[in-house]
Amino acid sequence: MLVPLSWLLEYAPLPEPVDPAEVGRRLTGIGLEIEAVEHVGAQIRGVVVARVLEIEELTGHKKPIRYCLVITGERPEEQRWVICGATNFAVGDLVPLALPGATLPGGISIGSRKAYGKLSDGMICSAAELALGDDHSGILVLPADAPLGADFAEYAGLRDVVYDVNVTPDKGHALSVRGLARELASAFAVPFADPAGELPAGDKPDPRVYQASIGDPSACDRFALREVSGIDPAAVTPLSIRVRLARCGMRSVSLAVDVTNYLMLELGQPMHAFDRDRLQGPIAVRRGREGEKLETLDHVVRQLDPDDIVITDSSGPISMAGTMGGLATEVSSAAVNVVIEAAHFSAPGIARMSRRHRLFSEASARFERGVDYELPLRASAKAAALLASLGGGSVVAGYSLASAPIEPVTIEIAGDLPDRVAGVSYGADTVVRRLREAGCSVAVDAGDRLVVRPPSWRPDLTDPSDLAEEVIRIEGYDKIGIAMPRAVAGHGRTAAQRLRIEVAQALAGSGFVEVISSPFGSQDDFGKMQLPADDARRRAVRLANPISGDEPLMRTSLLPGLLRVAWRNAGRGFPDLALFEIGQVFLEAEGGCGAAPVLPVDHAPGKAEVKRFDAALPAQPRLVGCVLTGKIETSGWWGEGRQVSLYDAIEAARTVLGASRVPYEVLASQAEPWHPGRCATFVVSAFGEEVVVGHAGELHPRVIGAFRLAPRTCAMELDLSAIERLAGLVPPVQAPFISGYPVATSDVALAVPSAVPAARVQEALVAGVRSVAGSHGAALLEGIRLFDVYRGEQAGAGNKSLAYTLRFRAPDRTLTDEEVAIARDAAVAEAARRTGAVLRSAPDASA
Amino acid sequence: MSAPNKAYDPVRVTALAPAEVQRMLDAGLAAISGAGSFDELKEARLAHLGGRSPLVLASAEIGALPPEAKAEAGRRVGEAKRLLGEAHAGRQRELEADRDQRVLVDEVADVTLPWDRRASGARHPVAMLADRLADVFIGMGYEIAEGPEIEAEWYNFDALNFPPDHPAREMQDTFFVAGRDGAAHSGKVLRTHTSPVQIRAMLSRPLPVYVVSPGKCFRADALDATHSPVFHQIEGLAVDEGLTMADLRGAISAFVEAMFGPGLRTRLRPDFFPFTEPSADVSMECHVCRGASARGGSPCRVCKSQGWIEIAGCGMVNPRVLAACGIDADRYSGFAFGLGIERSLMIRNGLADIRDTIDGDVRFSRAFGAEA
Ligand SMILES: [Zn+2]
Repeated sequence: MLVPLSWLLEYAPLPEPVDPAEVGRRLTGIGLEIEAVEHVGAQIRGVVVARVLEIEELTGHKKPIRYCLVITGERPEEQRWVICGATNFAVGDLVPLALPGATLPGGISIGSRKAYGKLSDGMICSAAELALGDDHSGILVLPADAPLGADFAEYAGLRDVVYDVNVTPDKGHALSVRGLARELASAFAVPFADPAGELPAGDKPDPRVYQASIGDPSACDRFALREVSGIDPAAVTPLSIRVRLARCGMRSVSLAVDVTNYLMLELGQPMHAFDRDRLQGPIAVRRGREGEKLETLDHVVRQLDPDDIVITDSSGPISMAGTMGGLATEVSSAAVNVVIEAAHFSAPGIARMSRRHRLFSEASARFERGVDYELPLRASAKAAALLASLGGGSVVAGYSLASAPIEPVTIEIAGDLPDRVAGVSYGADTVVRRLREAGCSVAVDAGDRLVVRPPSWRPDLTDPSDLAEEVIRIEGYDKIGIAMPRAVAGHGRTAAQRLRIEVAQALAGSGFVEVISSPFGSQDDFGKMQLPADDARRRAVRLANPISGDEPLMRTSLLPGLLRVAWRNAGRGFPDLALFEIGQVFLEAEGGCGAAPVLPVDHAPGKAEVKRFDAALPAQPRLVGCVLTGKIETSGWWGEGRQVSLYDAIEAARTVLGASRVPYEVLASQAEPWHPGRCATFVVSAFGEEVVVGHAGELHPRVIGAFRLAPRTCAMELDLSAIERLAGLVPPVQAPFISGYPVATSDVALAVPSAVPAARVQEALVAGVRSVAGSHGAALLEGIRLFDVYRGEQAGAGNKSLAYTLRFRAPDRTLTDEEVAIARDAAVAEAARRTGAVLRSAPDASA
Repeated sequence: MSAPNKAYDPVRVTALAPAEVQRMLDAGLAAISGAGSFDELKEARLAHLGGRSPLVLASAEIGALPPEAKAEAGRRVGEAKRLLGEAHAGRQRELEADRDQRVLVDEVADVTLPWDRRASGARHPVAMLADRLADVFIGMGYEIAEGPEIEAEWYNFDALNFPPDHPAREMQDTFFVAGRDGAAHSGKVLRTHTSPVQIRAMLSRPLPVYVVSPGKCFRADALDATHSPVFHQIEGLAVDEGLTMADLRGAISAFVEAMFGPGLRTRLRPDFFPFTEPSADVSMECHVCRGASARGGSPCRVCKSQGWIEIAGCGMVNPRVLAACGIDADRYSGFAFGLGIERSLMIRNGLADIRDTIDGDVRFSRAFGAEA
């Protein structure tokens, strides 16, 4: 809220001299954050009050131009001629005149200048030129009692300090001069004068005032009407009010509207003025009805909702309560008789309505944050009196009031609650004093308990903690000490949390760059990824309000986002990429998850209820994905580089699984979005489960094309959540026995049909060794390594040759050549049995 | 005195005469020292110490000398051989040293050549900073709590004391999940903060609870230099008996000193969050100018010469939140704090444009390498 210091000082008379910076600091210190301080009007120099003596109409121009003789004092030499493009003034009017050398807001300098063949010796100013609103249409005509020759900025009170206060949603009362001045007075310990004042003497309900009624007490519990009659349509809003409205960022509209707005700013009570002569029948407040419509002041016809709160007369809805008035009953400047409405509407009701219609007004902002429910009568009395006095009308005596009972809030707190929350010893006296300054009535009960009744303007004070906060806030947070945090017995990261870091470090260590890609996607991605119609990854979560209509879905795979990131980088001159991301994806259950329950908040949900939440949420596994494109090794002075290959993607998956120590198998498979002949599936078969944890390999050429990447782009994606879970089942590593006996190696080359995966051959070799000498055989094989793959004539048609080195070592002796030969032969025999492998060569075991 | 030995042939044994041995020795020494290569040295050795060298041939004659002359001749020849042997070994060492010297010079490599055959990898600074922030709290005994990114509204709002129609819900532009078959209400949102993890922690963990929850959050903000629909927060929560705002300040100042430097002061100012009461925003003394810019020192770009930098929000857990988690607010109290990780990157690492964190440009992550 924008608020001028001068207005606050009227009700919080701070001792002179007032330091505007200190005022700002104090307000911020008590939770009314000052976002900006503007010293307004300080720039305005050399603008004085002048009288128009003569007007010469210059003709022959595109628009009417006047050449005016003005005077700024009594002596003839204080006359000067100025050009003026406005026509809303007459001889004898008083106007603000910028003399040559004057400065206007925005630093604009005024000089003498030639225009339309005349010398203009200054400028008559409009309201806009003086930063008093956006009205450029005419110049600002001043009241007849403005002192001729006076400094205009001084006379109009233009020099002021305006604070932009960031009012948090809990502090509805601070959206007014009244509320801010009260806080300021409390912060500076000066008496506060309440601008709401008292009701006029003898004020009482009167049947002659337009009758009000409440149709729905849940929508409105205070509904007051007052009337002013006989307003002079020619009456204009006085300059002082216009200046303040402008300072608070509001436009001047018409006298009646300006008066209600002015008092809304001062008191915090939004009010609405109706043209009485356009009303029909009694006024009521009720909910909207199906099919009802209302054209609001902004010329929008709005379809009303049964939850809306509306003001009606016998013609139907005439205003959206506390939000925006209807066009038909608008109080125009021609209105003579005015009905003023002041009410207390349901805060959630107004909040819902304004959101439903996307209609946010100064009034709705206040109502939804909570307005003083005892203010409607007092505010409307002030409004009626002010309008009558400024408009030359008269107040119709009395009022009409409909009301529903409001249960006052009573809060009991222990007197030392603020002390216990803040860790500060305020003492009961301070607590009571601060609560009373906030407007609470406080009774001290036996045993140091306080019985507190918050004031009508503080609907936010409902709980003991609200009262504790009030005291702590006003006392200042700088009183709070610093206690060194106690050490608690934490267990550090869980194994899964550690693993996630290890995986990220391992991938970064092997040359992958971590990125965060957009989690949003679209239906198009499924096609680009070649996902079949029944693929689970097509069951994406849809957003009701996506940032972009093109991307309404949450990702079900990391790969589309990573591929887009790769494409973007390639476009920026980085065609050689190894990227990775760790992040959640979102998979709806088949048929979609149901809605999540909305439970009460006064107690914890039970186990069954927590299950309902879980069931309503989509699966959100954490995945790790990699994309590789271009060269993985650059060319350089050492020679040619190397293109990425599917084996790099597969190795990335091995890196992740290796960090987890989960046992896994690699199988050839076909899975989208990978190349059907170049895709590896990673399966964990352990702990009584068989879980596919992901895939790696070269992407399908059509996928690469759809994402506009270089041929042979490769990718990997693993379910890190599943791996984390399985890793939790892996027992700790058992330290190995390090044998000091010599190693014996034996190389074997086996011819196998091309389609046989190397991994199967290796498994068979290992199994073969294990079959020898029972468990003793297993201990013999220290390692096995495929060192050559050969496809050629010598391997035989349709075959490939796989060459392995077997490393044997015994824990307790030097192996004999015979022992090694037996183990090797058993390995080869098992490979032959399982895969049809034929031994091509078996060099002698060499120690 | 010995008797004259008539058995020797004076002609054949002239080679063993002292002068002759000396001559052979000199010739040998000259050849060895003059050898300029291993080949020449080898030649010299063969010529002067080899089986057919005059000295060796001469030594074969010793047996022919009269017994009284044998010892002397043997000594003389042996001494000559020893000297030649030593000279050869010495020369051999010299030649080897020369060779080594030459080889090491010849084999000098340009150690400044690049070897960037494989580009280096990097972690994302947001992820690294999240880990590092969490480390600070883990060191203080906290554990890491986690929760889903698509969250039930009850966890994201209701349980955190955001009443259904309260404007506080409007403070956060929320992404709502569409209902089944296009229904407007699903009761689910993309979590707008990591605070729902607080609720999950309080519901699932035994008291006392000390947790931090780093994670991804979402707000329906249009992307600009300081707003991103996807961002990261880390929140801390402590629920225990007798916790006060002083404990909260202590936790925050310990964290600020760990992250930004020792001795930095922190300041709390009232603010509003539905789930804490009282609530505060946390500023820390500018880690660059230490507040000097606000006291008339030279201007500071980091704190815009304010001396203080806003870094976090915090407060005492609202008793209503404790109630929603079934915790007895008369016995337990709690505090919570949260900060934006991107915001920390802006303050700590000078990040100017938040878009860089989700753009995926490899230059961004690479600049941070493996340690932000
Ligand atoms: Zn600074």
